[in-house]
Amino acid sequence: MEQAEPEASPRLGLDLDRTVQAAAPDAVADAVFEVEDLSVYYGDFRAVQDASFTVYKHEITAMIGPSGCGKTTVLRCFNRMNDLIPTARVEGRLDFQSVPIYDSRVDPVEVRRRIGMVFQKPNPFPKSIYDNIAFGPRVTGMAKKKSELDDIVERSLGRSALWDEVKDRMKDSALGLSGGQQQRLCIARAIAVDPDVLLMDEPCSALDPIATARIEDLMQEIKDDYTIVIVTHNMQQAARISNRTAFFTAQLDSTTDQRCGLLVEYDRTETIFSNPSDERTENYVTGRFG
Amino acid sequence: MAKARLIGDRTSKVMVQAMERRSTDVRGLVFQITLLVTLLISLFVLAVLIVDVVMDGWGILTGRPGGFLSGTMRSLSDDPKLGVHQALVGTFWIAVFVAVLAFPIGIGAAIWLEEYAPKNRIARFIELNIRNLAGVPSIVFGLLGLFLFVKHLEGVTGGKSIASAGITLAILVLPIVIITAQEAIRAVPQGLKEGAYGVGATKWTMIRSQVLPYAAPGILTGTLLSMSRGIGEAAPLLLVGAVSGRLGSNPGFLDLSAINAKAFMAMPVIIVEWVQNSGRDPGFAEAAAAAIVVLLVFVILMNAAAIFLRNHFEKKRG
Repeated sequence: MEQAEPEASPRLGLDLDRTVQAAAPDAVADAVFEVEDLSVYYGDFRAVQDASFTVYKHEITAMIGPSGCGKTTVLRCFNRMNDLIPTARVEGRLDFQSVPIYDSRVDPVEVRRRIGMVFQKPNPFPKSIYDNIAFGPRVTGMAKKKSELDDIVERSLGRSALWDEVKDRMKDSALGLSGGQQQRLCIARAIAVDPDVLLMDEPCSALDPIATARIEDLMQEIKDDYTIVIVTHNMQQAARISNRTAFFTAQLDSTTDQRCGLLVEYDRTETIFSNPSDERTENYVTGRFG
Repeated sequence: MAKARLIGDRTSKVMVQAMERRSTDVRGLVFQITLLVTLLISLFVLAVLIVDVVMDGWGILTGRPGGFLSGTMRSLSDDPKLGVHQALVGTFWIAVFVAVLAFPIGIGAAIWLEEYAPKNRIARFIELNIRNLAGVPSIVFGLLGLFLFVKHLEGVTGGKSIASAGITLAILVLPIVIITAQEAIRAVPQGLKEGAYGVGATKWTMIRSQVLPYAAPGILTGTLLSMSRGIGEAAPLLLVGAVSGRLGSNPGFLDLSAINAKAFMAMPVIIVEWVQNSGRDPGFAEAAAAAIVVLLVFVILMNAAAIFLRNHFEKKRG
């Protein structure tokens, strides 16, 4: 897919593309996100404390853990979605392809264009199916002509395995789709702007098992082109689809009497589920806790 | 087998008895009836009001409806040229002023407060004050209009003119426009905003493409209802100088020179005027009732437009 936005990088102030260009074909373990001592605060409340881990290219990285452990908070740092919460504050290092995305020179709009997001609840725009997918390419100026836009829409819907179901009703409202179709539409909408990374915040929690299976298949198919970070409550899902798993838990801070999210363990998914090194991880994945 | 059926029968009998024992929920019923009574009281008062006014004005409304709409202010109630034309023109232009001034300013302020303002003490203080302003008696706005637009800005407004009255009423409804628009904007689902941001939309694009279309029906209904309230106001108009007594000129609806002419009339004021006159000339009571019906129809037409436009936008919203 061609990069049709020449003004993107100057606007960003920093060169987000440099690692992409430098990536040799045999470099299998490129770091996409490097997180070091990441802490997130909402006002005075510390939601996540000192998380450090690395997300690799063309892998599916899962974040699991009980409610309130900060996994969604960390996910929303990756595309600066936390900026929308006025009291949120981020400390520590978070590099996307070696660019510190919380640097003041970085434009969060460009970050979100490159790092797409799929939300827990399917959130199609109250527009036609076509306009939902075309929205991103339009607002980012990717497609100049109608035919280019048509191509992007068809390709995105094809990638998200929705094209055959909706190709005859592109003008219909997206709200008329089923929940599973809506979520695949949202995935198509996210990949329409050709991002490098897809962040998924419990994308299947509102779906039935069949729709869930379709989304999981879809993730497997597209991970060669994207890097996927997924938050899930479903441990089987994490075990089925992910290459690496980060286990978070909520720990009571005795000094402030508040619960704070903590990254307990991060490793290859097989290791996390079969041979975890931390007792808390073992208790969680075996169902003894949480 | 027989035993099993016996148990089954007994169980079902108990079940049936339990489900049949339907004790009357007295308190629930009383509550429901009370609510119905309150509704009926409101409807009754409204109905009496409307029926009374329509009956009083019936003679004029059926006798010479066209003449009444095109007629002018007269000193005697049996003058065949007595009518509300000057007042209708005044109210029409005041409504235009409210729409042109209060709507864009109010909606703009609401967008800023909801989407851009930092959520701090100053913003909360501003919002609290807007809410208070919405409750300030209209006569106070009339005083503001008198000092600011009639006295100090006479060069612009022409003094006691439709322009002064229109600006005053625009300011009167401004807080209501802001509040209703804010409510509509606040009701936009967070998911839509995040969805737009998630594909690289800027804040401005997000507001234009998601927030405004979604909030449009609510904003529209609120603003048009606030306009209905505004054009029914008499008190501030009396202060900014809707004339009482005879009004010489009778400009047409599209005569722009009337906007800052030195004298004007408006529907609520003509009603006040005629009710006062009815003391010396009882025929004016009938004219006042007919004028009330005309104003009511004006407001109903505007509300109908609001509902029509809202449905239109809601359909577009999908």
